[in-house]
Amino acid sequence: MSDTQQAAGVPTPVHARNPVHVDQNRPRGVGGMLRAMEVDVRMIGMIVALIVIWVVFDLVTGGLFITPRNLFNLSVQTSSVAIMATGMVFVIVARHIDLSVGSLLGFCAMMMGTFQTNWLPAHLGFNYPATWILAIAFGIIVGLVVGALQGFIIGYLSVPAFIVTLGGYLAWRGAAWWVTTGQTVAPLDRNFTLFGGGIGGTLGATWSWVFGIIAVAAIIFFAFNGRRMRKAFDFPLKPMWAEIVNVVVLSAVMIAFVIVMNAYPVPERAAKMYLQARNMPVPDEPLNWSQGIALPVVAVAVVALIMTYVAKRTKFGRYVFAMGGNPQAAELSGINTRRITMYIFMLMGVLAAISGVIASARLQSAANDLGTLDELRVIAAAVIGGTSLAGGAGTIFGAILGALVMQSLQSGMALLGVESSLQSIVVGVVLVIAVLVDQIYRRRVGTV
Amino acid sequence: MDAQNRAPLVDMRDIHISFGGVKAVDGVSIDLYPGEVVGLLGHNGAGKSTLIKILSGAYQPDAGEIYVNGEKADIHNPRDARKYNIETIYQTLALADNLKAAENLFLGRELTSRTGALDDVRMEAETRKILARLNPNFRKFASPVSALSGGQRQSVAIARAVYFNAKILIMDEPTAALGVQETAMVADLVKQLKSEGLGIFLISHDIHDVFDLADRVAVMKNGQLVGSAKVSDVSQDEVLGMIILGKCPPGAIPGPGAIPAEKLARIAHV
Repeated sequence: MSDTQQAAGVPTPVHARNPVHVDQNRPRGVGGMLRAMEVDVRMIGMIVALIVIWVVFDLVTGGLFITPRNLFNLSVQTSSVAIMATGMVFVIVARHIDLSVGSLLGFCAMMMGTFQTNWLPAHLGFNYPATWILAIAFGIIVGLVVGALQGFIIGYLSVPAFIVTLGGYLAWRGAAWWVTTGQTVAPLDRNFTLFGGGIGGTLGATWSWVFGIIAVAAIIFFAFNGRRMRKAFDFPLKPMWAEIVNVVVLSAVMIAFVIVMNAYPVPERAAKMYLQARNMPVPDEPLNWSQGIALPVVAVAVVALIMTYVAKRTKFGRYVFAMGGNPQAAELSGINTRRITMYIFMLMGVLAAISGVIASARLQSAANDLGTLDELRVIAAAVIGGTSLAGGAGTIFGAILGALVMQSLQSGMALLGVESSLQSIVVGVVLVIAVLVDQIYRRRVGTV
Repeated sequence: MDAQNRAPLVDMRDIHISFGGVKAVDGVSIDLYPGEVVGLLGHNGAGKSTLIKILSGAYQPDAGEIYVNGEKADIHNPRDARKYNIETIYQTLALADNLKAAENLFLGRELTSRTGALDDVRMEAETRKILARLNPNFRKFASPVSALSGGQRQSVAIARAVYFNAKILIMDEPTAALGVQETAMVADLVKQLKSEGLGIFLISHDIHDVFDLADRVAVMKNGQLVGSAKVSDVSQDEVLGMIILGKCPPGAIPGPGAIPAEKLARIAHV
């Protein structure tokens, strides 16, 4: 408090030069308001871009885009790339790159597929209740080991990440073929496939509301807990109105999301087939099931929460950002940069495995070409989401938004019947423009 | 000076290191006492930064021993150096630009809560406390250090050393990137830390700087020690002679790098 008051009154030379220290309690125009709310202007820009994309597609398609059905599909289609993009943020922030994630996704999916379909049933029988847990655990271990191997070569043997993961890009795709010599693995375990967000793979109306209410409670808790902590130490605080606007906007988005997802019904026949398959009584009258939030989206939420925590609240996350900002300073500060590098790629491997679960569950089969070109989508999502290829800057939330922007463009064009060659051109151009705009912004503001 | 009667804080003995056949540091011995500032002088490439990086753990010597408080010290990396309360303030301002002041100050030694999570609020509080003491004008706690001036950045680096109770402070060209006022601020800090009993190695090629702050100077040339002297026993011109010619004046204790008198006489004739 005292800081801001002094800054407004007594103009010392330091403040005079620095607009940052202008009284933050009095908003000046939109920019001043945003600054008081301490929101990232680039993030706002991205959200605005997303809204524009949605509205334009909705107008052009004659109201097909902003519908519960399309938004539901969009949320499911974004999940796999979004999950990997959160890991790619760490990789790129630490000045590395990972070109192997698409191939690794395919390899992990094939390993999980074979494990649950060809190997486990021989021991446990088909659709054993724990099969899905074992399969996912197995896949995560595979991703972890592969990530550790690549991370070891990059961190300890100092081979550039570009080369190691380019090798991995080729090697793991080949390995994915080798698992079954190219055969697609199907059918996958019944519970496992729920993670694809298909029939039954959603929370339904009630649990979606529970999810939404927990999320809103968390938003309120984090906002006011942070405020209380800063107050305890007499630090400058955001104005109360800014805090409330933040909380209200975030909560409103969350609730709107739940309402939209609940507005999309499960097709009548699919619902009855789902009940039949599980030997449950099938009523004659209409079922009226709501899809609610899809499980892959829940996975994204959980991953995003954990990854944000790791980035902001753990030593590991702090060290990743320090390495990206100044590798030499990190080393001289006593940080074991080699080990941190290995951990980053292990984390990326685990996330590729989780995306592998979602991608294969969605198709209800594991094919060796699963995740082809995903590495580029993931990198693009992270970069569109504000991750700097120079290292040191990036956010988890931004990467997820980036993934959503990319997927929105693609599904919007698909709805319009744009041919896929043109889709690629558009996405490519958007990627370059997004980074260009970001660069211009950074140069203007004078940050990293 | 009664400091000389106590055990030296740092005693580096016969240090050697070479890079690809070039002897960067060739048999240098140097010591430092509590409450003392030793200015390490020499041309670019004389080996002063290399010598000091051995002490700070950034390089491993090929031969030689380091004693801290009279006991043999094993320093293999910067983490080891920190265990001996050796802190370094680098020429290149070793801060991560994208992190805030508090995040830099505690980098590698973060405060955590009971759950192991970073306690950013407490770290910021501590940073505010220490910087209020060192540089009362400092108030950019919320921005990354890339937004700070050279002097402000240097005060973060110095605050880091002070906060973690450095006993031995290495300052590698601490004022090279600074303006006049900021240089004066750093000079005041050096005097303050010295009075608190720290031993400071001050590396510089600005003789005036060193004469203002140091108690002793040590001069290096071509990887060897030309000699060392109390600043009260030598003139600035004599020290300049040590740096340029390797000529050791009568007031100084000659080292292995000093050029013998007869050889100097021959050079003078030419």
